[in-house]
Amino acid sequence: MALSVLAPEFVVKRDEELCIECGVCTRQCAYDAQIINPDDGTVSTDAAKCVGCQRCVTLCPTGALTVTEREMTGRSHPNWTLGAQRDIARQAETGGMLLTGMGTDKGYRVIWDNLILNASQVTNPSIDPLREPMELRTYLGAKPDRIELDADGRLTTEVGPLLGLDIPVMFSAMSYGSISLNACLSLARAASAAGTYFNSGEGGLHRDLYEYSDHAIVQVASGRFGVHAEYLDVAAAVEIKIGQGAKPGIGGHLPGEKVTQPISATRMIPEGSDAISPAPHHDIYSIEDLKQLIYALKEATDYSKPISVKIAAVNNIVPIASGCVRAGADIVAIDGVRGGTGATPTVIRDNVGIPIEFAVAAVDGRLREEGIRHQASIVAAGGFRNSADILKAVALGADAVYVGTSALIAMGCHMCQKCYTGKCTWGIATQDPYLTKRLNPEIGTRRLSNLLRAWGLEMKEMLGGMGMNSIDSLRGNREMLRAVSLTREEMDILDVAPAGM
Amino acid sequence: MHRLPPFKIPAACGTLGILDQTGRRFNGEDIVRGMANMRERGNGLGAGFVSYGIYPEHADDYCLHMMFVDQTAQARGKDYLQTVCAINHDEPIPTTPTPTISDEPVLWRFFVRPLEAKTAAQNGPTEEDYMVDVVMTVNRDIEGGYVASSGKNMGIFKGVGYPTPIAEYYRLDEYQGHLWVSHTRFPTNTGGWWGGAHPFGILEWSIVHNGEISSYGVNKRYVTSFGYECTLFTDSEVISYMFDLLCRKHGLSIEMASLAMASPEWEQVDGIEDPQEQRLMATIRQAYGGALLNGPFAVIAGHNGGMVGLSDRLKLRPLAAAQSGDRAYIASEEAAIWAVGGKPELSWPIDAGVPVRFNLQEAS
Repeated sequence: MALSVLAPEFVVKRDEELCIECGVCTRQCAYDAQIINPDDGTVSTDAAKCVGCQRCVTLCPTGALTVTEREMTGRSHPNWTLGAQRDIARQAETGGMLLTGMGTDKGYRVIWDNLILNASQVTNPSIDPLREPMELRTYLGAKPDRIELDADGRLTTEVGPLLGLDIPVMFSAMSYGSISLNACLSLARAASAAGTYFNSGEGGLHRDLYEYSDHAIVQVASGRFGVHAEYLDVAAAVEIKIGQGAKPGIGGHLPGEKVTQPISATRMIPEGSDAISPAPHHDIYSIEDLKQLIYALKEATDYSKPISVKIAAVNNIVPIASGCVRAGADIVAIDGVRGGTGATPTVIRDNVGIPIEFAVAAVDGRLREEGIRHQASIVAAGGFRNSADILKAVALGADAVYVGTSALIAMGCHMCQKCYTGKCTWGIATQDPYLTKRLNPEIGTRRLSNLLRAWGLEMKEMLGGMGMNSIDSLRGNREMLRAVSLTREEMDILDVAPAGM
Repeated sequence: MHRLPPFKIPAACGTLGILDQTGRRFNGEDIVRGMANMRERGNGLGAGFVSYGIYPEHADDYCLHMMFVDQTAQARGKDYLQTVCAINHDEPIPTTPTPTISDEPVLWRFFVRPLEAKTAAQNGPTEEDYMVDVVMTVNRDIEGGYVASSGKNMGIFKGVGYPTPIAEYYRLDEYQGHLWVSHTRFPTNTGGWWGGAHPFGILEWSIVHNGEISSYGVNKRYVTSFGYECTLFTDSEVISYMFDLLCRKHGLSIEMASLAMASPEWEQVDGIEDPQEQRLMATIRQAYGGALLNGPFAVIAGHNGGMVGLSDRLKLRPLAAAQSGDRAYIASEEAAIWAVGGKPELSWPIDAGVPVRFNLQEAS
């Protein structure tokens, strides 16, 4: 192959005065960007191979390393940015689709940053969460629109299965295969401890995760990997994965080299074979087909657990979500354009799907108009960064949110977006035993638990500030939001008034 | 009369309810005396009264107390009502010029019944649903016209001013009712408007409210999904619809409805020992999250069978109850009760989130 014309993406600086040539950086780097000379023990750098994961920088005992993004050198151009040129050059060299990991870095406006939350002043008192109970408990699933009692005052209304959450935050679908078992264990244990749920993703449920299965939402995706009777039986809820925000409209592909023995056993496919999830479910070509699968799963689980349908937020999200509810979904999970992934074509990630803010507000509004809002819960997903984003989503109508990327960052991810290579130096998005042991599941669990605890405290503080002591009173409460720097149309869709009004 | 302000008006207030449990009727002087004692709780931007049992000669008619910005709006309102109701009688609500009362609307009362053809039809609405729809339509579509109350044998009298001049203006000493509930208002903006004064009413329910509902946005969306429309731009309006929805349409007892609006905390629900009762409470919370009233409130709700006092589950606003002879009282301040009838035989502060009911004894 011709010599690459690509300039390295990163500048790796080694302070020679600080470097003691201990070789840590060379052992930590999974991309061969840091190299040790076996003859004389000297270390050197091949910046062209660096992905900017910051692993060597973080672990260098003397702080000798700095890795920064290479800035545009030579003549700048607003259209032909360095990234645009690099993508073309890379495709000219390989002839392939460009792959990437994580959520889009294209810089779509984050609408959360144009929404602000309310607080009480004088006319109603704020509530002090240190003095008063502050309730984050949330139930997901179909609820009755009224209750009925018999003549003796006994409840005659049957309520379907509900998922009880102590905090309205769940961990998004991340399959065993896309992430390591240690990462899965960390998510499972933290979800169990915090009274919330993790999601198996579409790769089945490893035997070691069955212990936590009462806090597991298991996915049934187009590849049907790892789906069997026990898998459905042990889970708290089942989710039909139709789409995902990072790659709406397309399927998935776990390359055969990642299908190790335990992954092959979990997914129920031969070792070393590619695990291909087709773009559509081959038994779902219309909404009534979805209804059949929903009810097949309800039958299979004896109507004992809620069935969720996860869809990517796309142009027609409102009727799609309404259709899912009418098809019998107890939970509709909506993943916005900023949603993450382990691997996706960059062009899809960066150009398909709509922001979750508009999707969740519009869906909540329409389901209310149609009088079916109580029939299903809405779970929002796609780029939630902090507790304020989450509360804003609740105020726009979400019952709870899924977080994936935040959880990965809590476990050590530094957002290099190279998950698809399987070489994650942080031991998360990899199956290489040399790398996976870097993530101690006990530490992972603790860090995730800490994150949820911290967010819970912040949410309670903000709720109290708004003069309410239950998250029920924020759900869909647009009065608690005001918009800054949004257009009239955007505010109409969000059903939020401008600041000052 | 000011037109509808395009924003919600938060308010703090004083409230008082007096019920003669035997059904003996009395005029408005007692409640005015009690309200005058709570002048500090209002700022003259809104006061109102509701009385039950005042129209025995029209006891089976829905009485619509209405406010119109002018005569043209009144004509529009009457034209509309004639198309949807049989108007048995209508007349201006008697008033007397009162020095501090100004900018008064055209006040009119209609004694009506739903058109039988509409409610008798198979699968037609119930009489009550039909009347709720009439009220919603007026408030939404009849420009400059608002329904203040719509129950039978009761009426709401309200406006911009302190309670005493409002009572004088409406000549409340000339009415005899067995239940009176009143409200004085401290809205935290500069202009009160007549339609925004309390009580708020729908069918038999009337609500006076001290507080501000932080969950208003949720509650409004919730009742809207059952066909109510919040058009009066105050958080208190939604509470009257909530009582009508839960007690009439969903058939819940007042206690159950109160549990939905001021629910026990989850911690308490978890601690309930009887599994049936625990399931009931959990289901109420799961099904009625949209009905939970959050933030500070103390409410007195009047209805045909008596009155109910309810405070938020933290009790961020005061509410006291008392009994003396045949009379039962609920008030923001016990002092108001003393001002009406001296020291009551029995008085107590109402517990957080626990409804206090005083019932009219069945007519014997």
